[in-house]
Amino acid sequence: MANANDVLKRLNEVFRDVFDDDDIVVTPKTTADDIEDWDSIEHITLIGAVEDEFGMKFKMGEVSGMNNVGDMLKIIMARGK
Amino acid sequence: MKELEYPFDSSFIMKKKKALRRQLEEQETAPAVTKRVAVLGGSTTADIVRVLELFLRNFGIAAKFYECEYNMFRQEALFPSQELSDFKPEIVWLHTGLRNLTFKPSPDMSAEQIADGLDAETAGYVQMWESLREKFGCAVVQNNFELPSSRLMGNNSGADPRGLVNYVSRLNLRLADEINAHSGVYLCDVNYLSAVCGLDEWSDPQYWYMYKYALNTRFIPDLCFEAAKVIKAVCGRNKKVLALDLDNTMWGGIVGDDGVENLTIGQETAEAMAFYQWQEYVKSLKNIGVLLTVCSKNEEENAIAGLEHPEGAVKPADFTLIKANWEPKSENLVNTAKELDLLSESIVLADDNPAEREIVRACGFSAPDIGEVWDYIRVIDRSGLFETVSLSADDLKRTEMYAENAKRKQAQSKFADYNDYLLSLEMNAEIAPFKPVYVERLAQLAGKSNQFNLTTKRFTESDMTHFMESQDYVTLYGKLADKFGDNGVVSEIIGRVDGREVHIELWLMSCRVLKRGMEYAMLDELVKAAENVGADRLVGYYLPTAKNKMVEKFYGELGFTLAETHGDGSTVWTLSLDEHRESKNKAINVNRED
Repeated sequence: MANANDVLKRLNEVFRDVFDDDDIVVTPKTTADDIEDWDSIEHITLIGAVEDEFGMKFKMGEVSGMNNVGDMLKIIMARGK
Repeated sequence: MKELEYPFDSSFIMKKKKALRRQLEEQETAPAVTKRVAVLGGSTTADIVRVLELFLRNFGIAAKFYECEYNMFRQEALFPSQELSDFKPEIVWLHTGLRNLTFKPSPDMSAEQIADGLDAETAGYVQMWESLREKFGCAVVQNNFELPSSRLMGNNSGADPRGLVNYVSRLNLRLADEINAHSGVYLCDVNYLSAVCGLDEWSDPQYWYMYKYALNTRFIPDLCFEAAKVIKAVCGRNKKVLALDLDNTMWGGIVGDDGVENLTIGQETAEAMAFYQWQEYVKSLKNIGVLLTVCSKNEEENAIAGLEHPEGAVKPADFTLIKANWEPKSENLVNTAKELDLLSESIVLADDNPAEREIVRACGFSAPDIGEVWDYIRVIDRSGLFETVSLSADDLKRTEMYAENAKRKQAQSKFADYNDYLLSLEMNAEIAPFKPVYVERLAQLAGKSNQFNLTTKRFTESDMTHFMESQDYVTLYGKLADKFGDNGVVSEIIGRVDGREVHIELWLMSCRVLKRGMEYAMLDELVKAAENVGADRLVGYYLPTAKNKMVEKFYGELGFTLAETHGDGSTVWTLSLDEHRESKNKAINVNRED
């Protein structure tokens, strides 16, 4: 799980699947404001899909504490597979 | 859509629900019915509504939804909001559960207090149903309660009336009694489903703490599928017929090749028991009014003989119709539908062969991926194809009724797109002279093939090696692969060269590739091989046995001319090589280098 680029690439695929939009390109700075359909309901779906992709679980505090994709990336880098 | 049929991938559905919705909308077939469905929840329902929509649409129901405000189910049911009244629901799903209990027993309570609590809780639900039924005349789908994930008194929580496990179990039974007593109210068995999914995972409390979901969101598809099965059954969209393949579906082995006495069915081995239990389950489907038919590539007498196996659970009389022949299964199912006066969408095929399932699906029939024999019961059962929301006396008589109707009708139909189907299989064949690596398989195939076998001559491995090395013989083996996988060596030909003639001593093919056009591809290569040894004529022999009637006219179908007929039924056929101009093989790529 060393390569941040690989993780970002896989993460981008998850975003595209969840929001059904092949044009999405996420960066560490991407926030919910940048993606039209990213509301609190889709956030739940997104969290579940990311957990499945990387074989890990977010902690409760992390789910609400993430400010952007970069925060998510950090947690995945630490615990993801 | 296969993604929405059991066994489905819940994670995939959750992740791709937007794309799935789009794909369903793009489908050409219009949904059969539209229904207004209100989901009244005691917890978050946002994604539940969205996923329910997918499953209902896949069952042919276009649903419009009303979703109540968070945890307002009771108010809405008893005193509907203006919005709900305007919506006029046809179906209301009360999505409630353990988190919505208004009373819980505790060890310091008396038996009377707990009994009162149980009465009051049950009455609360009955009131809601009666209110909804009275105001809207709608059907009501009611969840029961999942078991608690912690047990204050340990195992005794299940035995002591003050224990929550005991209480919830009794509450579920009381709810069931009330559901049975109220017409138009149906159970969504969350108690069963949560056990199937695993209670610890199902009740992971983080999803309640974070999002106020009553269950782990990864099981939302499982929950919605359960509710959708009930709703589609209420809407009269159940399947009616289970059409069954025979060889390796109802028993292990090929009755035409192996003989009835060698079939795997009964109590003697693990596999035999699995097939027996499956046969028992199939037979029990008659008790809920499902019609059973046979749809099998077999000689009819072999099919009947297999069904009369003394160790089997079913008998030929259990089947309303028996279609055992060599026509495409889609065609047989079309005829089954016609003869029973049913729509093709009411028929389900259970077949172990993925290629057969694929073709009948393309023609509008259901054909679940039933897995291995030990999976068959679970897959058919959990698919909810025959979800029974109420059982009438007519259901029990249905098999007789349809059997009578079927006798009156003998409809025929042709399936137009068979070649399209063959092309869709993306078949590649390798056809070449015998090679040492295949000698063992070639001898084995010659030893056990009975049905598609023109001369039924048995040759040993050393015979095969001799033919392979001798200048006096042309030999060909055929391997066939399709998009579902490699079938391996499935056909072989041995021809004896005699001057300008090649006499076909052996031509056989495995029945698992029947009707694929493999025999045409083999003929093309045989003609080339004969030309290469300077021959100008093929001579084919048909030697009848008890099992090879299906190839009686095989050479005639290939364009050979009948030369001799003998008293024992055997025939001799000839083909001048210059008469074989056009290949009949339209679907198989032969010896293509990739």
